[in-house]
Amino acid sequence: MEYKDYYKTLGVSRDADKDAIKRAYRKLAHKYHPDVSKEPDAEERFKEVKEAYEVLSDPEKRAAYDQLGSGWRQGQSFEPPPGWEGHFDSGGGSAGASGLGGMGPEEFSEFFENLFGGGLGGGFGGRARGSAWGGGGGFSARGEDQHARIEIALEAAFHGDQQRIQVSVPEMDGQGRVFHRPHSLDVTIPAGIRDGQQIRLAGQGSPGLGGGPAGDLYLEVNIRPHRHFRLDGRDVYLDLPIAPWEAALGEKVRVPTLGGAVNLTIPAGAQSGQKLRLKGRGLPGSHAGDQYVVLQIHAPKPENEEQTELYRRMAASLSFNPRASLGV
Amino acid sequence: MAKSLQPISGVVLDEATVYTLSELGRASGLGADDLLAMVEVGILEPLPERSRWCFSGTSVTRLQTALRLRRDLGVNPEGAALVLDLLEEVRRLRSLERQLFD
Repeated sequence: MEYKDYYKTLGVSRDADKDAIKRAYRKLAHKYHPDVSKEPDAEERFKEVKEAYEVLSDPEKRAAYDQLGSGWRQGQSFEPPPGWEGHFDSGGGSAGASGLGGMGPEEFSEFFENLFGGGLGGGFGGRARGSAWGGGGGFSARGEDQHARIEIALEAAFHGDQQRIQVSVPEMDGQGRVFHRPHSLDVTIPAGIRDGQQIRLAGQGSPGLGGGPAGDLYLEVNIRPHRHFRLDGRDVYLDLPIAPWEAALGEKVRVPTLGGAVNLTIPAGAQSGQKLRLKGRGLPGSHAGDQYVVLQIHAPKPENEEQTELYRRMAASLSFNPRASLGV
Repeated sequence: MAKSLQPISGVVLDEATVYTLSELGRASGLGADDLLAMVEVGILEPLPERSRWCFSGTSVTRLQTALRLRRDLGVNPEGAALVLDLLEEVRRLRSLERQLFD
């Protein structure tokens, strides 16, 4: 496993006091929190920051971590020193698990779990919950909810699809240490799902303890940007190039939609930027979205004398100033 | 070749998905008092015209975000409600930006 330099992650010196560590964490957490950050690697960075804070903000964990010495480098191959086992009770940690690539930051590194153990606590807000004392007096608790994120193509959102995802399920070994077992699921993506929506997969989260029910898996679906179509909720937008004469005279043209090409009548005298609506051609659902076609007039470049002459004749016969509204 | 698995289906958390107060409590691990506080600050909005409190699936998503903000950043419910509203505004503006400038 690789050594983690938690001081470097938070950008603080090894003798930083508690307040300095807290300030560094808050600053980085604001920057990388997956719910608010625009940084492309926000989830990964936040996980690292959270893990570093988990250790450095806890005097006991920090003291143990400091005992490893300062001679290690970030990423260096590392094994816990002999006799480390038993330093920490793995059942009491706050580290749970989230789906691979998930938005929950609770999944800590192998380095952390080997040094400090993991835990199985935490509801979807990260606090213990759902536990119940079984009828026989034994302890049982509902498993933790997990979060995962998946990216799909716009076509998959329109038609519906099946996607394979990998989640890591926390389990305990014979010594009560938590390890993560990879688990594949084929998930049905319903037609018409919108960007950012979540699918709740009941009972697909972490297993329960002592016979308690499993938690749920919340799968956030993100739709990849498309080459041609843009999404706004259920509505789909498409820029449609048209020729100047199609705009001037009006014309029936073929327009791509997610459900296949359809005919659209361009009204005579159409202008660039004008929006035409194709009702019900957006994402499907109980209230299907619409497709909006935004007209873009493309003027052909004259490629010979005859075509140049055509433009000259237009210039002479049309008294048209496209900049009139600018007062010039 | 990858082994074929039995596909599983879930529930999309959208406006059509309805949670009762107790279902939301079970899903979040929060008690009625905590959920009431979330309603008071506007994180949760009960569905109108119902004889008892019910919430849409989008409320669940808002509540999850609010709880993560509390856990990770120490944001209190009032702050989380403000963040959620601003995040929605940012999403709306980004979508508008894509329509206008992409």
